[in-house]
Amino acid sequence: MAIASKSANYRKVKNSLAKWMITLGGISVLFTLVLIFMYLLYVIKPIFESAKVEPTAQFVITEQSKVLATGVDELKEVAYSITEQGFINFYQLVDGGGHKAGDKILSEQLTDDGVYIKQLVNVGQEKKLLLDSAGNVRLVVPHFFANFDSGERVIVPSIRYPLGEDFLPLDEQSAAFTKLSFAMDDEKAVFVGFTEDKRLLKTTLLAEDDFSYDTAFDTEYEEVDYTAKAINDILVSPDLAMVFVRQGDQVAVFSLDDEEAELKATIIPQLSQNKSQPYHITSMALLSGGSSILLGDDNGSVSQWFEVATDQGREFKEIRRFNVSENEPVSAIYTEQYRKSFYTETPSGEMGMFYTTSEADLWRGKLHEGNAQAFAIAPRADGVVLFSDNELSIFSVENEHPEVTWQALWQEVWYEGYPEPEFIWQSTSGSDDFEGKFSLVPISFGTIKAATYAMIFAVPIALTAAIYTAYFMTPGMRRKVKPTIEMMEALPTVILGFLAGLWLAPIIEIYLPAIILLLIFIPASVFITAFTWHKLPRETKTRIPETWAPIILIPAILIAAYAAFALSPVLELHMFGGDIRQYITNDLGIDFDQRNALVVGIAMGFAVIPTIFSMAEDAIFSVPKHLTSGSLALGATQWQTLIKVVLLTASPGIFSAVMMGLGRAVGETMIVLMATGNTPILDWSIFQGMRTLAANIAVEMPESEVGSSHYRILFLAAFVLFVFTFVFNTLAEFIRQRLREKYSSM
Amino acid sequence: MNNWFKSGSPWVWLSAGGVSISLISVLGLLWLIASRGLSYFWPADIYQFDMTDEQGKPLTVIGEIYDRESIPTAQLVHLNLDIDESAETIERLLIKTGNRELVSLDFRWILVPQINKTSLPEELVVIERRTNGNFYGYIEDIILDGEVVGQQKMAELVERVSDFQTEIEALQKTDIGAINYQIERTRLKERKHRLDETLTAELEQAFKDEVASLKAEYQVLEKQLMALREKVSRDQIVVRAMDGQKVTINFEDVLHITFNNKLSVFGKMKLFFSQIAAFIVDDPREANTEGGVFPAIFGTVLMVLLMTVIVSPLGVVAAIYLHEYAGNNALTKLLRIAVINLAGVPSIVYGVFGLGFFVYMVGGSLDQLFYAETLPSPTFGTPGVMWSALTLAILTLPVVIVSTEEGLSRIPSSMRHGSLALGATKAETLWRIILPIASPAIMTGIILAIARAAGEVAPLMLVGVVKMAPNLPLDGNFPFLHLDRKFMHLGFHIYDVGFQSPNVEAARPLVYATALLLVTIIVALNMTAVSIRNRLREKYRMLEH
Repeated sequence: MAIASKSANYRKVKNSLAKWMITLGGISVLFTLVLIFMYLLYVIKPIFESAKVEPTAQFVITEQSKVLATGVDELKEVAYSITEQGFINFYQLVDGGGHKAGDKILSEQLTDDGVYIKQLVNVGQEKKLLLDSAGNVRLVVPHFFANFDSGERVIVPSIRYPLGEDFLPLDEQSAAFTKLSFAMDDEKAVFVGFTEDKRLLKTTLLAEDDFSYDTAFDTEYEEVDYTAKAINDILVSPDLAMVFVRQGDQVAVFSLDDEEAELKATIIPQLSQNKSQPYHITSMALLSGGSSILLGDDNGSVSQWFEVATDQGREFKEIRRFNVSENEPVSAIYTEQYRKSFYTETPSGEMGMFYTTSEADLWRGKLHEGNAQAFAIAPRADGVVLFSDNELSIFSVENEHPEVTWQALWQEVWYEGYPEPEFIWQSTSGSDDFEGKFSLVPISFGTIKAATYAMIFAVPIALTAAIYTAYFMTPGMRRKVKPTIEMMEALPTVILGFLAGLWLAPIIEIYLPAIILLLIFIPASVFITAFTWHKLPRETKTRIPETWAPIILIPAILIAAYAAFALSPVLELHMFGGDIRQYITNDLGIDFDQRNALVVGIAMGFAVIPTIFSMAEDAIFSVPKHLTSGSLALGATQWQTLIKVVLLTASPGIFSAVMMGLGRAVGETMIVLMATGNTPILDWSIFQGMRTLAANIAVEMPESEVGSSHYRILFLAAFVLFVFTFVFNTLAEFIRQRLREKYSSM
Repeated sequence: MNNWFKSGSPWVWLSAGGVSISLISVLGLLWLIASRGLSYFWPADIYQFDMTDEQGKPLTVIGEIYDRESIPTAQLVHLNLDIDESAETIERLLIKTGNRELVSLDFRWILVPQINKTSLPEELVVIERRTNGNFYGYIEDIILDGEVVGQQKMAELVERVSDFQTEIEALQKTDIGAINYQIERTRLKERKHRLDETLTAELEQAFKDEVASLKAEYQVLEKQLMALREKVSRDQIVVRAMDGQKVTINFEDVLHITFNNKLSVFGKMKLFFSQIAAFIVDDPREANTEGGVFPAIFGTVLMVLLMTVIVSPLGVVAAIYLHEYAGNNALTKLLRIAVINLAGVPSIVYGVFGLGFFVYMVGGSLDQLFYAETLPSPTFGTPGVMWSALTLAILTLPVVIVSTEEGLSRIPSSMRHGSLALGATKAETLWRIILPIASPAIMTGIILAIARAAGEVAPLMLVGVVKMAPNLPLDGNFPFLHLDRKFMHLGFHIYDVGFQSPNVEAARPLVYATALLLVTIIVALNMTAVSIRNRLREKYRMLEH
């Protein structure tokens, strides 16, 4: 007895264990779907988050005089300050290298004794032009070097002089500058400055060899033809192509491409329409890349300007405007080195972070009461440093994806160098300072275009075939025909795509007239065959019954197709001047791609025919027989019964079949990838290709950097596809369930 | 006529036309792939065309006819050819001329009216080579160890060289490969000890000795290899190309020498089958555009097997839950919607999920935990065969579930009741009664899943497939099965060779052959599944009565 109960217990435990295991296994399916959904969301989420700025460290540091500039190394471990007295001091920000956080680790004098810095010009992130009280100019770069000698990483600061330690001979007449700026590459450095005796000078230092290892240079002087009492700002673009000189509310743009600096445009912003009190420009900055300038005014707004090709030639236009502050002037604009982000500051210390292209308002806040003495963005744009009132503050900035906003993804964006706002998908290019253009509109459009052409091709064929197979076909033939057509669903799409791209596309290109002829010839051949059969004598009709129609029609359609292809060259010769491609491109003015929407439509049509066919056939076939029998008994013809009774009853099922087909066409990857040129264009033309969401993912995903905006946007594309097909499939399934219940109640 | 239209008969015929078009396209597609694929293996006739070119000079073209087409005469008028301009169209032939070292293009078009004489000389030879593709021409001399010998020695020589090549390959791949692998493993072991700070002086010395002995072995093998190479490079063959140039080809480059025009139908058959066999067992050559597809077949099969191991238990358990345990409630409805959606989600989405979740998240964490010594080069944190199998397992899960559930629903409930009435628990009923009866349905589901997985390419492009894998994921080096390796796949091979290879035109026949292979596998799998399912349905129908 004891043994029996033990074994009974054991069986019970096993039984409930099995139950739990199986339940767990069942639920895991749901879990998988939810996991996919959540994971996609998890990857996408960061691109829509706004920026975060948080203080990480603060140090009380007493400098002997006013701080003119500050900065930090790439890893945010060492910061520096340059004081009015001409000293640069480096401070350790984290413990390491034998120093405590806050220690001064290096101090050097940058000017001669007794001379103070009159003006410090920040050029780019690291170069500092020092104009001292004796009227001399020197270029210095605080440099950081990561040393691993002791086993741990130690950041060692030093000072570099890219143009030599000597004072720079920028004016032949040795006048002092009131404003000065410059930019340089390996071959030359161009200085543009305004002297105390009111001359605008351009001085070019030509490297004898290469500035990256030899500081020797020759000098060329030029006085620019420009008169002004005083100048507010000068900026030289880093590619040495343009100089922006601001005098009050006007910005003169000089071109440096030729030997002599030439005035190419004057920017006069419309500042004070409808206002009695005029507004003025208060600050100016060059955006990363050097082709846009940002102008801040005392109305608290910043406008972006760049050169645009118009009918009158190239001119500077105001592209967009940011409202930075309600009532305060914009006292300073700081731009990032590699991205098109900028920070603004107002006199009360209100700061803002913006991204130009996406028009993103990323962050606003106050880092400090009042204006900071010096402010700098960390080289990797992941932090800022601020010097004010003897306090050095470090903030971390979390701003990975400023270029992506919902608006930038789905609306027209005005990119630098483009004549107008456009929808563009262009994720990579050869050049380094390329700005990724991520508009999902062209690729979503391509998806819809491809699916539409596929459905135009597939729906008529699939539905007519489904109707005939379910309603008119003899059971014996149906048993053979249905699996044959359904076998097409199992064919790998890579094979359909390959045939479409390498076999069908060239055929369509050569025999384009034949494709048009087929549209007429095939229905015509069907009608002619039907009519011939109708006129046949009765005995022949009984021997070849009408139920054989699909078989009888096969040779008829093949002959029609052969005729269409045979006539194609003749038609081409007589109607299209011997070359239909030239006719289309030259006479009709339509671009013609070999791998176009027509090819995709046909190939993807073939891929979705079995899906639609199979489900629509099921829906029609399961219409209760008593409905059709009733209709026929009342005297309706077969055709009338079909149209008025069967199709009407099955219509929800047919609809859900089309839905499923559409879902498949939208997500199909390989066919589109192989049968189109994959160019993201916005054009319905049947003779041009497209790029779809799915193909775009397949092409670009392997090359995108993990965690980058591009990577996350591709996940977003996958998410869009997921949600789209989820809606379609759930809807179709829901309709099918309803229909099944309806049938079973009949 | 009007009555005829009123009867609706034309519309019935039109709908029949839909069936006809579908049938034509399915069968036509299969026929197209089969004919193009098989003709790749059939030894083609080698033609010699004696023709007159545009300048009136005589010209000889030798090669296979690859394609022919008619073009309107109007397109050629500007060439000022001496041809009959009254004809509307002119026929032209695409000839595969091979001999890539002489002309950079494998193909050339010739116009039929320019041909004076077409012949099939029996002495014309096709030499299939390791590099530079085929050579078409006449054999002039055979050189053995630097001396000219008779042509009858040729077959013997080809065999001799091919034996040497097999030896070289075995040395290179198996022996030297294994030594390199061991050296790398030793280096990683040492690094692991260093990272764990357990590296003692003795250990370090032991590792050093091991590497030194391996390197010594390597030297010996390398010498052997050099000797073999030396032997192989002494035999040469001198051939004359179509323009009369004499070309010397080393025997080490030669794979086959055939006189296609001399062959009887039987001989051609023999060659045809041997070429099919070579296609299946050989490695690819010339950036995948020539040779066989063995690594792709191997990769596909291995990946699909791994996937089957993962998907079968999951799918069956889920189906059993849905059919045997789940109540009629909201959760079950949700589950069914989940199954339908898993089937409907585009495959590329699975690829994206697999790349992000499996490769970077799970794989990246595995690397951190277990393979720290190889970092920063990833082991599992990079696309590979295991992640591909997992991704496709999720993709094919609904196929197994749907098929298994269908099988379960066909089992009469009287069988369950009988078992339960006799005192068996539910689990016992399932294990002893239901599963054995449902096993053919489960089989069907698994076969359909395999067919689906074998043809899927898009997700694999993200999670592990490569155009050229240096090593198979299964080899003689411990631990034998390398789940972290990337693999080749038949479907991706089609895409890659057909669209990414430098010489698409020349590679096209190979793509058709690969497509034929893939279609054959998938159609065969599907037909097996369907026939099992049909037989099953018959059986249950009998059970019900």
